[in-house]
Amino acid sequence: MSALADDTDDESLGSALRRSTLLRHGVFFVALAAVLLVATYLVSPFHDYEIAGVAIYTIAAAGLTVLTGANGQISLGHGALMMIGAYTTSVLLQWRPGLPMIVTLLGAVVSTGLAGSIIGVAGARLRGPYLAGATLALAVALPQIPLHFAGVFGGNQGLNVASPTAPAALGADFPNERWLAWLCLAAALVTLFLLANLLSSSVGRRLRTVRDNEVAARLAGVDVARTQVLAFVISAVCAGLAGALFAYWVSITSPTGFTLTLSLQLLTAVVIGGLGSLTGAVWGSIILIYLPVLTGDLASNLSLSSDVANNVPLAIYGVVLVVAMLVFPRGLQGALVSLARQLARVIRMRGTVLPAVPSAPEQ
Amino acid sequence: MATRISRSRPWAVVALGGAATLLAAACGSGSGSGSGNSASAPGITATTVTIGSTQPLTGPAALGYSEIAPASKAYFQYVNAHGGVNGRSINYIYLDDGYVPSNTPTQTRKLVLQDNVYAIFSALGTPTHLAVVNYLNSAKVPDVLVSSGCNCWNNVSQYPYTFGFQPDYTIEGKILGQYIKQTYPGMKVGYFAQGPNDEFGTDGIAGLNDQLQGSGVTVLSPPQYYPPTAAGAAAVKSAIATLQLQGAQVIAAFSVPLFTAIAEATAAALNYHPIFVVSNVGSDPPTLTKILTGGALGVTLPAALITGMVSDAYEPVVSDSSNPWVQLFKSIKNQYAPSLPWDGNVFYGMNQAYTFVQALKAAGQNPSRDDLVHAIQNSHWRGPGLVPFGFSSSSHLGLLGVQIDKTNADGSQTTMGPVYTTDDTSSGAITQYTGTPATPPSNGIPSD
Repeated sequence: MSALADDTDDESLGSALRRSTLLRHGVFFVALAAVLLVATYLVSPFHDYEIAGVAIYTIAAAGLTVLTGANGQISLGHGALMMIGAYTTSVLLQWRPGLPMIVTLLGAVVSTGLAGSIIGVAGARLRGPYLAGATLALAVALPQIPLHFAGVFGGNQGLNVASPTAPAALGADFPNERWLAWLCLAAALVTLFLLANLLSSSVGRRLRTVRDNEVAARLAGVDVARTQVLAFVISAVCAGLAGALFAYWVSITSPTGFTLTLSLQLLTAVVIGGLGSLTGAVWGSIILIYLPVLTGDLASNLSLSSDVANNVPLAIYGVVLVVAMLVFPRGLQGALVSLARQLARVIRMRGTVLPAVPSAPEQ
Repeated sequence: MATRISRSRPWAVVALGGAATLLAAACGSGSGSGSGNSASAPGITATTVTIGSTQPLTGPAALGYSEIAPASKAYFQYVNAHGGVNGRSINYIYLDDGYVPSNTPTQTRKLVLQDNVYAIFSALGTPTHLAVVNYLNSAKVPDVLVSSGCNCWNNVSQYPYTFGFQPDYTIEGKILGQYIKQTYPGMKVGYFAQGPNDEFGTDGIAGLNDQLQGSGVTVLSPPQYYPPTAAGAAAVKSAIATLQLQGAQVIAAFSVPLFTAIAEATAAALNYHPIFVVSNVGSDPPTLTKILTGGALGVTLPAALITGMVSDAYEPVVSDSSNPWVQLFKSIKNQYAPSLPWDGNVFYGMNQAYTFVQALKAAGQNPSRDDLVHAIQNSHWRGPGLVPFGFSSSSHLGLLGVQIDKTNADGSQTTMGPVYTTDDTSSGAITQYTGTPATPPSNGIPSD
């Protein structure tokens, strides 16, 4: 999976695969889809529901990876962009309750794409902390809008969204949670496939050039502002798609679901997972869903007074994040990659050196 | 008291078992014959019943409300220590949703799909529970005694598995409104509520308007709202400043405790001293005192800020130590949850647990999920509540009325006037309740 982000070729792959990125990614994603399909059958409906959550966060985090990791723009407002996607879907469903999911998802993609292009144009004029500040303002301000236009957006209580039900063809006992997991996984795989191709294309190289040195990029003929806006739009579209699926997942869209915390969680996922790597976005999303579950279980197994026990999960969550950053400064994916490299070196050394010097010291 | 009960334990178990067998035979609702226990429904084994709940253990509503589930659990532990219900001990799992509606669906699914609960009990919060009520009803999971006074839970055709508990906010609004128009004629009344478009606030205001519009008082418009989020504090401050500018002499509030406290603190800071009339859920004096004096608002404020606050109650006043329910629940709290404070939240949690035990007993020896629903619909039981429940096959409304009370300088409350009952329609008359309050059974466990 580490092949997604960097273009390193693997010798074991066939020559056709080595020549065509598209083919390589295609084969990989079809295989991954098959594995995940089997996995959704092996686990309980509740775990299917959690898997759907991971898929949703992965979409948003992958979009943020393109923006922050590949293009170097920091956004503290991706929760707000998810909110635009979620509200687009929910308002469309209020208007026409039977609207097929593909239509509402496209609607969300279009609306967040528009919002992203406007924010992107503003953002292209801002650097570093100023851009972070502007997007932070977005994350704080946007959840106020549904409160002021309560008639359309349902105010504080939000809008109900009917959870997708599995088609009858799958059988009466087929859990709706598994169907939801399929839909979200399909969206996540398509998104990751497109983004992986994008990052290994000339667009990806332009994004990284702008990140590394704007002056050099300009000298090389790259339109810096346009590239930055493009990165923002791509990223916003992902957030919008994630937001739309989020609306189906939680079956209610309310401002309290899209606080600043969500934006910070997404950035946390991207950084903890490994900045700049799509695989890292997946790790980060898995942590986002499962770490609170683990800390919650842990806290409830300790016999603490309720005042302490209630806040222990949050405290553990914070400590784990701090420790993870200290131990793996390049994120989980970075740590895994260097571990794999070290292992490969050890194996190579053993393979060549072992016959002559049996007790070769390991480096 | 505890020793007396444990001495009579063998007798109690035999009596309970006998009563339950009789009941099962009489109703014909138990699926098993004889006295054998079977795993008759999800979450029910021969020896245990597992139930679940979502609660605000953290976040803005945790102040006060986080005590409710531990209090319920303490009562269940008491019942378990005395033989359980039909020989089964109650296993109560409650999860934190932080009062955030988008957290509740995950936690509820965890309870239903993973922990395999028999029923959802006492799930707290109007906006949070609205996010899962459709799911629970489509999954046919009993969703009983919701900790919210939204009249949305009383919707038998759409939500056949959902039951309310406390009087709905419209009932409270009507009875509070009647008190305001009778006690403060000619005054300017401003509304302060959770919202906008939050059923908690809008249902309450509907009840107030029912009594106050076109009466002798002047109702200021528009109503002032706050969102129950981190941004809520700023909204409360601007709301109170607006009401001061408008010259509101009475503030009728439908707010959760943290925001009631912020409102009272803000008014005091502005040297503004209106009469606060606060609905039950936001007015528990021990909870408000703890918020004001405990530094939760960033400063330490005097408890006297809430002196004179008018409120309403559907349970006995917790500072009334002569009340037998207060004595019973307080002794259970001291034994099973000594770290909890003694306040209205704890009483409320125990009251709900008591009611659930009544329902579970009535559902029969080996109940299905539907048996629990039928048992509540057919119930005529009484408990700590001041008035009867409104449960029937056509109504899932909880308690039907309240009594007005006032907070004294020492934080105790004094009831004022009779107990009133009404319904949540604008035409429904407010009538004085004349029934006598129930007294607890000697062993503290409902016998029917």
